[in-house]
Amino acid sequence: MTQLALVIDLNVCVGCSACVTSCKEWNTSGSAGPLVDERPYGENPTGTFFNRVQTYEMGTFPNSETMHFPKSCLHCEDPPCVPVCPTGASYKRKEDGIVLVDYDKCIGCKYCSWACPYGAREIDEKQKVMKKCTLCVDRIYDMTMPEADRKPSCVKACPTSARLFGDIHDPESEVSVAIREDGGYALMPEWGTHPSNHYLPRRKTKMKIHADELERADNPLKLDQQLPKPDKDQSTMDDVSAW
Amino acid sequence: MKPAFSVIFLTTLIGAAQGLFLALFTHQSYALFGLLPMQSDDFYGYGTLIVLVLLAAGLVASFFHLGRPERAWRAATQWRTSWLSREVIVLPAFMGVAFLFGVSHLFGIRPEIVTLPGGHVVDLSLLLGVVGTLLAFALFVCTAMIYACLRFLKEWNSPLTVINYILMGGSSGFILAAFYAVSAAPDQADFFAGWAIIITVLALIGRVASLIRNARLKPTSTMQTAIGVKHPKITQRSMGAMGGSFNTREFFHGKSEGFLRAIKPTFLLLAFVVPLVLLAFSLSTPALLGLAFILQYVGLLAERWFFFAQANHPQNLYYQTVG
Repeated sequence: MTQLALVIDLNVCVGCSACVTSCKEWNTSGSAGPLVDERPYGENPTGTFFNRVQTYEMGTFPNSETMHFPKSCLHCEDPPCVPVCPTGASYKRKEDGIVLVDYDKCIGCKYCSWACPYGAREIDEKQKVMKKCTLCVDRIYDMTMPEADRKPSCVKACPTSARLFGDIHDPESEVSVAIREDGGYALMPEWGTHPSNHYLPRRKTKMKIHADELERADNPLKLDQQLPKPDKDQSTMDDVSAW
Repeated sequence: MKPAFSVIFLTTLIGAAQGLFLALFTHQSYALFGLLPMQSDDFYGYGTLIVLVLLAAGLVASFFHLGRPERAWRAATQWRTSWLSREVIVLPAFMGVAFLFGVSHLFGIRPEIVTLPGGHVVDLSLLLGVVGTLLAFALFVCTAMIYACLRFLKEWNSPLTVINYILMGGSSGFILAAFYAVSAAPDQADFFAGWAIIITVLALIGRVASLIRNARLKPTSTMQTAIGVKHPKITQRSMGAMGGSFNTREFFHGKSEGFLRAIKPTFLLLAFVVPLVLLAFSLSTPALLGLAFILQYVGLLAERWFFFAQANHPQNLYYQTVG
């Protein structure tokens, strides 16, 4: 079994939104038709996006930290949005685990969006069908592209390589190793949806230095000597040498 | 959640229709065993016509909820997993059986099927009535389970949702039956009004129970589990959209907290208390039953609005600050 997914490294994401624009550019140009944009240059621009970068702040200034948080469909292993669909337009592909919407079958009842705790689905107000991230299914299998380009548009666009793409069921894949070794976690695990997309936490690189490591333990030439010599009346370890 | 008027009208109209059908058939069943005087076929037939009009109106309202109504037939395909799909099947089935039940009464097509030991004759209309009753209850369950099965929406995810849909639809239908009987069979109005009082009291108990339950709910998802950061103070600075999105429109009721607080006593009064008072007085002044039905219907619209507005979707955690 294959389960394609994204792993997003929040330690690396700088919140530039290149993944958002790249996603929109690719997916609005595909054969499924454009992703709606209403009043794009007006006062209240709105439209359908598969991917958005949100920003959160932890703590209170000055002890605060900012985290940029890209959010798209998580392609759950047990997607709650699929069984509720009355038409079968929402489905999870057996071969690679991608959750897709058949735009020709969707009746736009929005029930699937109610059943998704992550708010990953957005209706296209023009086409009146539900849309969501496809993991660029029309790109990753396109044999006319060089192999290096057969990745989701957002992954290709990320300037900091914060987005990894691969099969999380293959234990040796880049994404599985990243999840396993860098503390990958899933969003809202309490609902048992088993999201395939994982996030790598923000982490700080720290080095622990113990006090004794600041002195040379082996110092025969008495160079960079740190410790004070004992006084004459104090005992020494061997009665001959000072330390 | 954002209350959609198409769904509010659908659920209240078909609720009243199912209740009215159950009331009519309850009367016919009583009459079969001689507990009540059997009424003319016209009484049951024209009553069923009202059932069909209400069901059709609800069906029309439901189409306004769809982005692509021309594909609505596809919604009958996933009955194995989707309660919405099951409702799409059961609603027309119930309409069909109610139609046949009406036809069998209005045109007197009532061939005898079996005679019970006591000499009670079971004819076609009775058989259709039993099937229609089962379908009416199945439709209540399907409609309510559409909401009750969504485990993320804790306000809905309870057996009380199903119980209340049945009781409120029943209350509405029995009051309508009593009002209908005032002109069609005046001496039977008290029978329907009596049952209406019992069902309305039960509905009030059920709805208050769910209000109490919902007031004590604690959200399962928090900001911490939503983004996976262990910190007591997390503030959203940007939701990734400047002018709102589907996520900000579909999952918020768009009214003030004060409005929400005002709706609750309004619907409790209009949908339950006022009809009960009018039902009590209707025993002497039957004309009050029409007023009771209309006021209760307005109350049920408010109740359904509140039902949707009160449900807090966990996705709202991700959409708190425009920026």
